[in-house]
Amino acid sequence: MGQKKLMKGNEAIAEGALRAGCRHYFGYPITPQTEISHYMAKKMPGLKGTFIQAESEIAAINMVYGAAGAGARAMTSSSSPGISLKQEGISYMAGAELPGVIVNIVRSGPGLGGIQPAQSDYFQAVKGGGHGDYKLVVLAPSTVQELYELTIEAFNIADRYRILTMILGDGIIGQMMEPVELKDDEEVQVIEKPWATTGSGMTREHNTITSIYIQPEVLEKHNLKLQAKYKAIEENEVRVESYNCENADIILTAYGSVARIVKNVIKMAAKEGIKVGLIRPITLFPFPKAEFEKYAEVPKAFLSVEMSAGQMVEDVRLCVNGKRNVYFYGRMGGMVPTQIEILNNIKEILAKEGK
Amino acid sequence: MATVFKKPHALKDLSMHYCPGCTHGVIHRLVAEVIDELGIEGSTIGVSPVGCTYNNYEYFNCDMQQAAHGRAPAVATGIKRVFPENTVFTYQGDGDLAAIGTAEIVHAAARGEKITTIFVNNAIYGMTGGQMAPTTLLGQVTTTTPFGRSIEANGFPINVSEMLSTLEGAVFVERVSVHDIKNIMNAKRAIKKAFQVQMKGLGFSIVEILSTCPTNWGLHPVDSMKWLEQNMLPKYPLGNFKGKDLEV
Amino acid sequence: MGKVTFEEDRCKGCELCTTVCPKKIVIMRTEKINKKGFHPAGVDDMDKCTGCAFCATICPDCVIEVER
Repeated sequence: MGQKKLMKGNEAIAEGALRAGCRHYFGYPITPQTEISHYMAKKMPGLKGTFIQAESEIAAINMVYGAAGAGARAMTSSSSPGISLKQEGISYMAGAELPGVIVNIVRSGPGLGGIQPAQSDYFQAVKGGGHGDYKLVVLAPSTVQELYELTIEAFNIADRYRILTMILGDGIIGQMMEPVELKDDEEVQVIEKPWATTGSGMTREHNTITSIYIQPEVLEKHNLKLQAKYKAIEENEVRVESYNCENADIILTAYGSVARIVKNVIKMAAKEGIKVGLIRPITLFPFPKAEFEKYAEVPKAFLSVEMSAGQMVEDVRLCVNGKRNVYFYGRMGGMVPTQIEILNNIKEILAKEGK
Repeated sequence: MATVFKKPHALKDLSMHYCPGCTHGVIHRLVAEVIDELGIEGSTIGVSPVGCTYNNYEYFNCDMQQAAHGRAPAVATGIKRVFPENTVFTYQGDGDLAAIGTAEIVHAAARGEKITTIFVNNAIYGMTGGQMAPTTLLGQVTTTTPFGRSIEANGFPINVSEMLSTLEGAVFVERVSVHDIKNIMNAKRAIKKAFQVQMKGLGFSIVEILSTCPTNWGLHPVDSMKWLEQNMLPKYPLGNFKGKDLEV
Repeated sequence: MGKVTFEEDRCKGCELCTTVCPKKIVIMRTEKINKKGFHPAGVDDMDKCTGCAFCATICPDCVIEVER
């Protein structure tokens, strides 16, 4: 049937990956996500899988490239500075159309920064920290249960579209412990990969995995194919949660840990007669544009709350498209916004907007 | 009369884009001949580098993956861990392996990854227009050492085979050359043994192959072979550094 | 007794084959220009060929097939 287990966020990710059939994990230690490596190091040998602590995050993403090219479900995990190192490999995997899962448990930056949580890698994840016109599917879980479920889903999405899928977490959610319901029969799609380098067996033409196309006409065609893929994903893979948005005075937008804080703010605000709604994107790419367009003229204003200098807010503004003001409230450096701060900000905004 | 020499099956029937006299062509053929002789074309997966041979996935008849610059040993590691029974090789130049890819080759060797690396050392960067390589000789003129490589400005060249042979995971390390018939035959023997070491599951194998770059050395192909013999052999002595007596 | 066949349009005129023939019968056909724009290599004195395959061994482009 299943079991309910108290798990740390990072461990829930690892368990989800294993249940999704991932048998090849390549990682490198970096706080605050190293528990993923520890879990995989313990579990993989028993499953006859691969655990490698690679020499660097660069080597790790390239090992994922090789394993994914050979048709396997492969994964790596890191935190912000390590994800920066992986950008070349990410771009290569996008160009070569290789599926895979990459986990970023975001910490504060820039540079070596701190080990406390942040959400300042949104641009890097969604707008592409690597070079070229490409996208990752970016999933932003908000609970440890979601970390587990979305990791399984990430492998399915990756294989369906031949695309790298990122779990964008943060230091809070990676480290916190919550009960997780683990089902024995998780929905794991098995997708054929006739393109993989499995050894030709002399029975077929040889397969090639590459991202280089020297002739511009050919490379443009390849890029158009990639763009079509991303369009299909935008049409079919949006995940979003809207809460309390009908007749809201103000709609907040937040993802991950911050969305949980906002949900508490909604309760606090209600006690003071302020109706606060929340649009919580669960996919950051594809961004839930339709949901924003639906509510664009409902509240007096929008407020994006993030642990950053303001990154997702730009996409919110694009979606609201001038119909309402879109405000921003954030903390940086590992500081976490409190409910009181957010509520005070809401009141300031509503005063400005003439409630 | 019987045919005693023809293009191996593991090499596609295509004209390769390398410069006239470039010994990459010879080395590709030797690797393909070995794959044919060992009967492993159907189970081999190769990894192409970045450099002049970036597209040798078009020339070999087995499954191939093209890797980012220097990362081929990591990519090969990923492939070999998925298919431990298959034969996995990387084909890399001196920039790919000894500059940007130094960490990856050292650690693949240290881990004893059961892959085979074909390391082509021509003491220069070919594809990008003749710049200094980690294996460029002291005094050698390149487009980034226009006055000749100097110790003070550019430091010393690297002896890769000697360096890797200190790692326990590297069980077969040999340096060969392709500048004349005798050495080409010897190079093929070493390449074959390196692949057999992998097939026996003994550990990491690498063959460093001294090679010419007529275009960027500014020499005729025939003179390039002589230049290699006179200048590269003293710095990069040929021979087996590890695994000479391995039973394959 | 040997015979070599040159696929002339594959040849890049590098001349390496001319340096290794023990019978010195491999020559460059300077009167010809192949599809690539090079003078291809070839053999006229075929009865002197021993089929040693040295020329084919050093050729980087698989131009030469050898029979014996």
